[in-house]
Amino acid sequence: MIGIGHYVAVSAVMFVLGVLGIFLNRKNIIVILMAIELILLAVNLNFVAFSAYLHDLVGQIFAMFVLTVAAGEAAIGLAILVIYFRGRGTIAVDDVNRMKG
Amino acid sequence: MIAAFAFYLFAGVMMTSGLLTIVARNPVHSVLWLILAFFNAAGLMVLTGAEFIAMLLVIVYVGAVAVLFLFVVMMLDIDFSAMRAGFIRNAPLGVLLALVLFGELFLGIVVHSAGNLALGHAASASVTPATVSNTAAIGALLYTRYLFEFEAAGMILLVAMIGAIMLTHRERGDKRGQNAAHQIARRPQDATVNVQPEVGKGVSL
Repeated sequence: MIGIGHYVAVSAVMFVLGVLGIFLNRKNIIVILMAIELILLAVNLNFVAFSAYLHDLVGQIFAMFVLTVAAGEAAIGLAILVIYFRGRGTIAVDDVNRMKG
Repeated sequence: MIAAFAFYLFAGVMMTSGLLTIVARNPVHSVLWLILAFFNAAGLMVLTGAEFIAMLLVIVYVGAVAVLFLFVVMMLDIDFSAMRAGFIRNAPLGVLLALVLFGELFLGIVVHSAGNLALGHAASASVTPATVSNTAAIGALLYTRYLFEFEAAGMILLVAMIGAIMLTHRERGDKRGQNAAHQIARRPQDATVNVQPEVGKGVSL
């Protein structure tokens, strides 16, 4: 019998995979953005699973908003990546010091 | 039985493709594994009866976000082998952090299953009747109680679209655009006129 625990465990695994992906691919910002998408996917899965568990639709509404923000974040992130590549000719982000921050 | 089989199939394929997303050598392969992970997540959501969110996931992620990723990966000319230089060096810390994080999350699940914490049950005002379909119920809730949040989401998408265009737009020197001021400042004396001279008279230039 599949319960809420199974869903929470699966989304926990996906969340951890996303965090691990950020650490493993510290130079490649494209894969970092994909890892962030994996994290948001895990969050969405949790929202939907608890929505079904509690018989409450608000979880699915919030999953939609998370989806919206994820789409906007991917668009802006890739736009910044494109102009960064245009200026530097590389996308190595582990030594970004252009703004001397 | 068939539901359990479908759950384990979707969950297994999703976790495998998630892992391959972050360890694949070629970012194009990463994007393709990400698409597979999204499809299987949509399958998991369909199993819980949330078919609208599942379809939205397929349309938005696979149709828009993953294609955007593929487009960027293929448009930029990047030496991806140099990108993997720190992969092994960063691995121990990353794996350690992932293990700690997963241990904490799993501890939460175990504690919850043991029933030590009882946070109570919220009186949910948005219970779906069994006769209403998932999509209709979401629409009824989204356009009434969450109308302003829905419009705010639309504003976020608009700002993201304008921002992406503003960031990546550049003026090119070789294009021939319309110069409205030049057109308005033009006088009849400078223009070519259409004349019908009589035969043998010629024209004045």
